[in-house]
Amino acid sequence: MPMLDHLWIILALPLAGAAINGLLGKNWPKSAVNSVAIGSVSLAFLAVVETVREFLQLRPDHPVVHSYFPWMSAGTFKVNFALQVDQLTIVMLLTVTFVGTLIHIYSTGYMAHEGGYYRFFSYLNLFMFFMLTLVLAANIVVMFVGWEGVGLCSYLLVGFWFLKPSAINAGKKAFITTRIGDFGFTIGILLLFWTFHSVDFGTIFSQVSSMPSDTMTQAGVLTTICILLFIGAVGKSAQLPLYVWLPDAMEGPTPVSALIHAATMVTAGVYMVARMHPLFSRAPIAMLIVAIVGAATAFYSATIGLVQTDIKKVLAYSTVSQLGYMFLACGVGAYTAGIFHLMTHAFFKGLLFLCAGSVIHAMGGEQDMRKMGGLRKAIPVTFWTMFIATFAISGVPGFAGFFSKDEILEAAQSGPHANLPLWLLGLVAAGLTSFYMFRLIFLTFFGKQQFDEHKVHVHESPKNMTVPLMVLAFFAIFGGWFAAPKLVGGTNYFDAFLHPVFASYEVQTSVGQEEAAARPAGEEGGAGPAMDLVHALTGPPVIVGLLGILLAWWFYIRRPDLPKKLASSMYGLYTLVLHKYYVDEIYAAVIVRPLLWISTNVLWHTVDEGLIDGTVNGSARLARETGGKLRELQSGNARSYASWVVVGAVGVTALLLGIWMKVH
Amino acid sequence: MNVVPISYYLVLSAILFGLGVVAFVFKRNIIAIFMSIELMLNAVNLAFVAFARAHNQLDGLIFVFFVIVIAAAEAAVGLAIVITIAHNRRSLNVEKVDLLKF
Repeated sequence: MPMLDHLWIILALPLAGAAINGLLGKNWPKSAVNSVAIGSVSLAFLAVVETVREFLQLRPDHPVVHSYFPWMSAGTFKVNFALQVDQLTIVMLLTVTFVGTLIHIYSTGYMAHEGGYYRFFSYLNLFMFFMLTLVLAANIVVMFVGWEGVGLCSYLLVGFWFLKPSAINAGKKAFITTRIGDFGFTIGILLLFWTFHSVDFGTIFSQVSSMPSDTMTQAGVLTTICILLFIGAVGKSAQLPLYVWLPDAMEGPTPVSALIHAATMVTAGVYMVARMHPLFSRAPIAMLIVAIVGAATAFYSATIGLVQTDIKKVLAYSTVSQLGYMFLACGVGAYTAGIFHLMTHAFFKGLLFLCAGSVIHAMGGEQDMRKMGGLRKAIPVTFWTMFIATFAISGVPGFAGFFSKDEILEAAQSGPHANLPLWLLGLVAAGLTSFYMFRLIFLTFFGKQQFDEHKVHVHESPKNMTVPLMVLAFFAIFGGWFAAPKLVGGTNYFDAFLHPVFASYEVQTSVGQEEAAARPAGEEGGAGPAMDLVHALTGPPVIVGLLGILLAWWFYIRRPDLPKKLASSMYGLYTLVLHKYYVDEIYAAVIVRPLLWISTNVLWHTVDEGLIDGTVNGSARLARETGGKLRELQSGNARSYASWVVVGAVGVTALLLGIWMKVH
Repeated sequence: MNVVPISYYLVLSAILFGLGVVAFVFKRNIIAIFMSIELMLNAVNLAFVAFARAHNQLDGLIFVFFVIVIAAAEAAVGLAIVITIAHNRRSLNVEKVDLLKF
């Protein structure tokens, strides 16, 4: 089992790519930078494929863990650089490296005319390294390394155009906002170690399994740990109330938005919650919080998405909303559904961003949807792939998003932790999602051209951009079909695959178990596979989704004058939503400005300048002035020196005499 | 037989040394200062000899020879310096020779 024993190779490849491009690539031709960057990630993808093949051959019950070297050791605190592979890791590894490779290829087209080409690919490779570290980690400290590393790369890539003040500020905002979450995460890690005396997942989980579960009325240390860890996830995965950085992060190049802020990094929080599910499953209050935050975010940011006019901002709010879905899934105990949605979302949202990039590319940098329109004929490949992705995210039956979203809503409606208000929120958000997504499509690709054809030369993107689009479009359709047999009474292969990870800890929450129990009952009851199919195809999510599409069609194709009228008739609400509920302004007024004031007036002018500088300068002045007085002793006059010697000699003699007198 | 007690020598030595010190501190002429140094050295020599005699040991006498040799060397170097200073400054006042200061 060569690859399974050498998991570090998966990490070493992108790291080597980042180092080579970053240190040497400055004066290289683009083709050389390309081959290093794409070569390293595609090799990493192949390494992952080989790992998966070996893992499936072995089919172990437990995660395959390899400890490569001891990293830290202080008393009982021991951390090894350890990596592990289990089914959950495999899903994440395949998603990350596959989507990552495609986005690297796409970037060679998108970034072709940009400066700092080598730097971009170096950062991108570095990001892959940290993301894979996060996913492969066998203990929470190594995971934290990846967690912070992807944050660093996000900062570097959002602020990639570092001459643009808005990009720099967005990078800082992303970094600082997630830092608030990381504060909770770090304390969570410490509390984990304090409770379990270990940071290894395996050790922690085996101890947890013998611990009494917290209840709804009695919150113990498990609940505290889970909530702290979830605060970290809230920051990283842009949930309420720390979501504000993600829309701003759209200042970065579009492939970055696709890779980091849609497909991989922002889903790290979901992955972490799923990874820590043995703890969460024993902390019902924490679970409820996760579900509430998820559902609220899903609904809340979907409403903001309705009125955005920047094509990337719509997708950003959509991402926040979809991440909310994933947390809703985890919160109601349907971890598999959450991870399933994470995977399908990586395909279709990655695709949507890449398509948006292609549109922006075609429009020569324009991002305002109101200035597009009628692009369908001019850029057919982009149109069709984006159309497919939109179907997928809207949950139209047959597309990837349908299966995963359906599973989440089903778990929220009828699962063991079902929560009807949250289900309703999710359902409405599903309708809103299909509305704003089709609004995007209609505004961009249909209707009249809203730009001057002589000024903007609309052109389809080159092959290295369109091919990744087509590949991702394929997965945006078929990526969810693992779950398809379930509709006709078969097994959900995705659930079955992840079953070993989640089954042993999901006491009553296992979707797989529930399914296994439900299936024979269904057959006995006479409701055949056809009934399952009909039920799924006419379920509320599908109906709401289609309603959203219809409404978008009515508003933006049939009666294009209607949106304006509606906006003016509900002016107050419209302005409120258009300004994103003034959350940024509230944060600025309540947190940022007081903080700045305190930092400037108290910390800077008083503490730093007064106290710290005062102490340092004061001691320096003391030394200088003492020295200034003392140096005058060195007068250059030999007789004064002699006088001092005499004074000294007399002093010493007197002292000796005094001692002598005391003795006798 | 009547031996002069050692304390007599020591008192004389102390008086001579004290005169040397006072002269060193208060005289302005370099030559005079030079002479006061010689006075102090010889006061010490006297003390050495007195102790050597009192304790019947040779160490003190040997030390006296050393001091005489050093004093001769010092006189040679010192007088050379004095001549240079006199040559350069046309003055033997030590108060005027204070360039080496802060």
